[in-house]
Amino acid sequence: MNIFQIVIIGIVGVLLVLSIKEKSPEFALGTSLITGVIVLIAVISQFDTIFDFLNRYLTIDGFNSDYIKILLKILGIAYVTQFGAEICKDAGSVSVASKIELAGKVIILSYGVPIIISLLDTVKGILG
Amino acid sequence: MEIDLIFKIASIGIIVAVLNTLLKNSNRDEQAMMVTIAGLIIVLMVITKEISSLFSQVRNLFDL
Repeated sequence: MNIFQIVIIGIVGVLLVLSIKEKSPEFALGTSLITGVIVLIAVISQFDTIFDFLNRYLTIDGFNSDYIKILLKILGIAYVTQFGAEICKDAGSVSVASKIELAGKVIILSYGVPIIISLLDTVKGILG
Repeated sequence: MEIDLIFKIASIGIIVAVLNTLLKNSNRDEQAMMVTIAGLIIVLMVITKEISSLFSQVRNLFDL
């Protein structure tokens, strides 16, 4: 997907949102939401090459590839959380957005616990 | 490319706004509200389909 096409899609979406915002704010929110979804779907296919790279060069030499998987999961959670939180902020309810962000942080932390445990085990092994 | 979805939803919004003003000017407030809710439901159906496709793609990609 071309970057110029994505920029044009964003600008057209924002113009439409601005023009219908006063008369019907719900539909303006729907338009901005669908614009974001279309841009994200267009960009998501680009991830494959990056993931191929990561899987090829970071899974060598006894490096535990489970950590890469956890890292990718955390990346996905962060993207989805930010998507939802930004939509709620656009609609003007900042409190719901901050709750969504809190949920994302907690879930990311719970995914990161195994890495922290293995780090602490390594430190313990070195010390004792 | 599904950019026509943006136009579709924006045009539903404009049509609903126009119908809303027309119905309100002729003192049919309940019908105006009905039209708004119907438009909103149509838009929500389109949006939920797109969001679920986005989320399933993200789930496949990041192995969530």
